Amino acid sequence: MTRNIKSFLIILFIIFLSTGSIRAQEAETPVKESEHAEKFDAGKFVIEHVSDAYEWHIATFGHTHISIPLPIILYSKQQGWNFFMSSKFHHGHDAYKNFRIGSPEKEEVIQAENESVKEKDQYEGKIVELNANGEIIDLPIDLSITKTVAGILVSVIILLLIFLNIAKTAKKSANRAPAGMLNLFEPIILFVRDDIARPAIGEKKFEKFMPFLLTVFFFILINNLLGLIPVFPFGANVTGNIAVTLVLAVFTFIITTFSTNKHYWKEIYNPDVPWWLKFPVPLMPIVELTGVITKPFVLMIRLFANMLAGHLIVTVFVSLIFIFARLFGVEAGLGISVVSVLFSVFMLMLDILVSFVQAYVFTFLSAMYFGMASPEHH
Amino acid sequence: MTALFILLAELALGPMGAALGAGLAAIGAGIGIGRIGASAMEAIARQPEAVGDIRANMIVSAAFIEGVAFFAVIICALVIFI
Repeated sequence: MTRNIKSFLIILFIIFLSTGSIRAQEAETPVKESEHAEKFDAGKFVIEHVSDAYEWHIATFGHTHISIPLPIILYSKQQGWNFFMSSKFHHGHDAYKNFRIGSPEKEEVIQAENESVKEKDQYEGKIVELNANGEIIDLPIDLSITKTVAGILVSVIILLLIFLNIAKTAKKSANRAPAGMLNLFEPIILFVRDDIARPAIGEKKFEKFMPFLLTVFFFILINNLLGLIPVFPFGANVTGNIAVTLVLAVFTFIITTFSTNKHYWKEIYNPDVPWWLKFPVPLMPIVELTGVITKPFVLMIRLFANMLAGHLIVTVFVSLIFIFARLFGVEAGLGISVVSVLFSVFMLMLDILVSFVQAYVFTFLSAMYFGMASPEHH
Repeated sequence: MTALFILLAELALGPMGAALGAGLAAIGAGIGIGRIGASAMEAIARQPEAVGDIRANMIVSAAFIEGVAFFAVIICALVIFI
């Protein structure tokens, strides 16, 4: 009886598939007519994929965009607080309540000399406020939930789900073997404690910094990994956004500065070097001070560049298919798609390794800076 | 003279310099990480039971050197887009 049901379901599924493909063929003909008019702009496609946006774009079929609108929260001096969904902007074509997303490059053609001057709108992609005539006055204070912020919220929800669960399990099975998800996360937490915090900070003080180090490690790791999954709630390029990594580096800098002792500042302003490096022109103090600023800066750039490069390479490999199709015809596009997909899968595997390594390197360097912030007297 | 300047401006030296810079950074990273890999292989050959430690340290050092290469790539990208 189950065999009959199974074969019936398989036949039903196959019929579904075939009707699906017939539907796709019908939709193809209107697109083909406009194929010559539309050029595939690879640069714009790639940059749009890794940048922030006011809506979460999912797919584009011909001229229809499917995207999820996100809330926009603005405060302007003229109009006060405004909350609305980004669908009111209709993908940047309309203005709503005197707000508009700045338009992309405008091209002016000067008829006299037959040249064209490309004027780049300095407000491209940002929300600007218009007065009654439609001229741009001002930029409001923009606290919207953009795609990156929504990505952070998704990963925060996942982190909370995981860690509240394993905290409860750890308390319940206090002196026994771990159970459930704790089995997966306990070795990682112990790795952060024994191989990152203890050697870098020292036995006496490492426990104060453990919450921050664990948070930063898992936040970066989960955001890196979620950025690789292309389906809807994941796939927002969070750690490839320099603002996010800037905030993480600023946290490290603040904690380093607040956990310093007098000896740390003595080593910056008055190091044990020959006097002529300090006295008329304070060379060594300047070098040491730039080191204080450079170390968190490098942390920020390293994480940002690694993640952005990974996403860019995968997107470029996929858009290679479309470039080849436009240049050499559909058959070349199909042919290159095998190679392209293989390369993309390889780069994604490499990106998984890079995600783990970058989370480890950020946490390890932060721990080293915390350890160096309170040096002992030799 | 002005013709020479116009010719130089048309040559788009900015993006060309940026592309050259990114290529040189890639060469630097390749040489650096190649040396790390070579010495890691030698160390594993001399002491096969330390494979785990050596592998972890090799990956960490490669991440640092890649960070420096990415610095250069970011500067080159800034030249092209700003």
